[in-house]
Amino acid sequence: MTTEQTNKPNNLLEGYVPDNFFDEMVSGTGEVRPHYKRFQELFAGITLKEFTQRCQSVDLAFLRQGVTFNVYGDSQGTEKIFPFDLLPRIIPASEWAMLERGLVQRITALNLFLHDIYHEQKIVKDGVIPASYILSGKHFRREFTNFQVPKDIYIHVCGTDLIRGGNGEWMVLEDNGRCPSGVSYVLENRRALKRSFPGMFEHIGIRPVEQYAEELLKSLQYIAPAGVADPTIVLLTPGAHNSAYFEHTYLARQMGIEIVEGRDLVVRDTRVFMRTTKGLQPVHVIYRRIDDDFLDPTVFRPDSALGVPGLIHAYRAGNVSLANSVGTGIADDKVMYYFVPRMIKYYLDQDPIIPNVPTYLASEEADKKYMLEHLPELVVKAANESGGYGMLMGPKASKEEIEKFRVAIEADPRNYVGQPMISLSRHPTHVDNGFEGRHIDLRPYIVYGEKISIVPGGLTRVALRKGSLVVNSSQGGGSKDTWVLYGDE
Amino acid sequence: MLSRVANCLFWMSRYVERSENIARIVDVNLQLLLDFRDLDEHRLAEHWLPIIQATGDEEAFFKLHSKATGQTVTEFLVFQAENPNSIVSSISDARENARMVRDQITSEFWEELNRLYLFVRSRQARDLWNSSPFDFFQEIKATSLRLQGMADATLMRNEGWLFMQLGKYIERADKTSRILDVRYQTLPEHGVPKTIGQEEVLEWSAILNSCSAWDAYKSIHGAEVHPKLVAEFLLLSEDFPRSFEMCIEQFNQSLRKISAVPDGRFSNEAERLTGRLLAEVQFCTIDEVFERGLHQYLDDLQLKLNAIGAAIFTAYFFQSIKTMDEEIFVQQEEQQQQRAIQNEEFKMKNSGAIGTRVLNF
Repeated sequence: MTTEQTNKPNNLLEGYVPDNFFDEMVSGTGEVRPHYKRFQELFAGITLKEFTQRCQSVDLAFLRQGVTFNVYGDSQGTEKIFPFDLLPRIIPASEWAMLERGLVQRITALNLFLHDIYHEQKIVKDGVIPASYILSGKHFRREFTNFQVPKDIYIHVCGTDLIRGGNGEWMVLEDNGRCPSGVSYVLENRRALKRSFPGMFEHIGIRPVEQYAEELLKSLQYIAPAGVADPTIVLLTPGAHNSAYFEHTYLARQMGIEIVEGRDLVVRDTRVFMRTTKGLQPVHVIYRRIDDDFLDPTVFRPDSALGVPGLIHAYRAGNVSLANSVGTGIADDKVMYYFVPRMIKYYLDQDPIIPNVPTYLASEEADKKYMLEHLPELVVKAANESGGYGMLMGPKASKEEIEKFRVAIEADPRNYVGQPMISLSRHPTHVDNGFEGRHIDLRPYIVYGEKISIVPGGLTRVALRKGSLVVNSSQGGGSKDTWVLYGDE
Repeated sequence: MLSRVANCLFWMSRYVERSENIARIVDVNLQLLLDFRDLDEHRLAEHWLPIIQATGDEEAFFKLHSKATGQTVTEFLVFQAENPNSIVSSISDARENARMVRDQITSEFWEELNRLYLFVRSRQARDLWNSSPFDFFQEIKATSLRLQGMADATLMRNEGWLFMQLGKYIERADKTSRILDVRYQTLPEHGVPKTIGQEEVLEWSAILNSCSAWDAYKSIHGAEVHPKLVAEFLLLSEDFPRSFEMCIEQFNQSLRKISAVPDGRFSNEAERLTGRLLAEVQFCTIDEVFERGLHQYLDDLQLKLNAIGAAIFTAYFFQSIKTMDEEIFVQQEEQQQQRAIQNEEFKMKNSGAIGTRVLNF
């Protein structure tokens, strides 16, 4: 690259091709969409060289601050920064308002669903969802039927993944109602962008995200056990070697609460205490970032060294509250996902504002037949995996991979769903020599307390490898800051 | 404060102090060699071996190296990951502990420590070490001092701070006593040496330098360097911030602030042992020390520090005497008992009406 090239004003759209995908910034006719116009004007004032320098300084800052995730299976204890693309993804106000309504609708329905299946099970009795699907759910906790969770809230924090298809239509890809992670990157990305483009924020009008920790803290205070006026809240982490450990410490610090490991807690007389230098001190609310299975070795996996013996007993006694509640994993089940539009209809008598991706259930004979006949075109997902694991991308898979899934589906149909391959929307993204389109999704974070609040935007994940559709951090994904505008332009 | 967190802060601070001390020891001794003539292999081994002995890692060293040369000793003390007390290991451990308590320290502090960690593990660190060891050590020492300054200027004076002070001062006291012990083989077993040679003057000056005490010492004793004066200064000075006495004094103060137990009393073993050790160095003369033999005396001090470290652990960090299995057993017992009580209550309530209702459990 010559100096002349690198120093000239930055027309990021020069030579930029949207191809046949829906591009977030550029319309099919090559025009910049209205809500990107102001950004584009301001961005033109920065040369590519300056831009590259800012990218590098952000990467360096992240490494220094330890804004990293741990790479599993690496004996060196390597930490990596979650690659960050400095070009923000922008959502206009009216579109966000629609998404917000859709997400509130969805989490409300999911929550009613969880309450229902752990109590009267009306949705089953009324024949909307077959009982077998629920009872065979890996994360259905039948021990918790008829258990009263504080304030009837099951999912306190939900990360719902949204995508846009070929015509820009929004769809829900999946719900993460157990321990969704990534929100710390939303907050850190915003900080990084403010440092990199300080002038832009005042000129464009971008809704803030910094209130997240406060909202989360309020929702945790809200579920404190009855009679506890000033609850002690802690964040329970699996420990420093967990891939999301940075996020755990980050959130604890932002909320001003203790971060504890299982070994810091002890249960006596169905009450939870933490071991301090001044002896045992009571704990009332636990924001746990440990899966159900590992919470309490006396109830769930007996080999869990991360959990707290007796914790579930204390939870049942109502002396400690957990967020998220136990048993929410059933709502994450990809088979249950199929039924969410029906839940919305059943509980709220509404049509879903954001539709699902069309889904086939391998446990339904007709669907299975279709799936097996169309494997090379479909995305097949294991019902209870996350993070992009246990997935077949039909159009990109080898013959062997497809055959492996064919056998797996026949052997355990309950565990597989199929979806057509969605050509995710793309966004201009910084690459070696300029800007190219890369596929993205969006994970907004929904906090359910006294009211439901959603931080404007969320985590935009981007598949950095050319042509890739996998945005997970564990598989070569990066992230972008997400701007929700006050207006539509 | 969580016991685990207190423990992490204690060790974070202790490891930072350790890395700085080792940097000073190696730095000073490398420079000292520049002043010697006619260095053969034997003389070099004589020079470096006591340094390994002083850091207390002789056994670990000979597992990894057959001979004590400048090359092997410095590698062992600076970079070797297999040596848990090398500079790189200490910094990695400090940083690992800091990572576990990031909510307790300021971001400035964390970023500085993380920067040092990234530096010592980088290619540039090796390059700098090869081209200018002096600059390399300068970087480590300066960062440690920066970290102390940041802690001093930005951290809340809460319990966490006090545990950091404990870690820092116990490590400093330990290292001062070990550095002072480096040249004991040139001393008589008991009593004070009359005169010392030119080379020994250089060696005892190096001891002062290793404790950053040269300027402070000179301001009291002028240019005269004698083992007795050096030992007195590093052990018993009430004013020099790295002297053994002052470290124990500071340590004692922090310890008492944690429990709010006044001087002259104690509420746990750590306070008792610390109080006794403080009195020992406060009311001791340097002649007594040399009569017993400096090496023997320092050895005793180190044993006492170890005992204090263990007592702190018992008093504040280690409350769980139970393993996971035992804890599970306790829970089952508790839950069983509660069920029995509930059954009992149920029977009492229903004792007048047996047979009228059958309830399922």
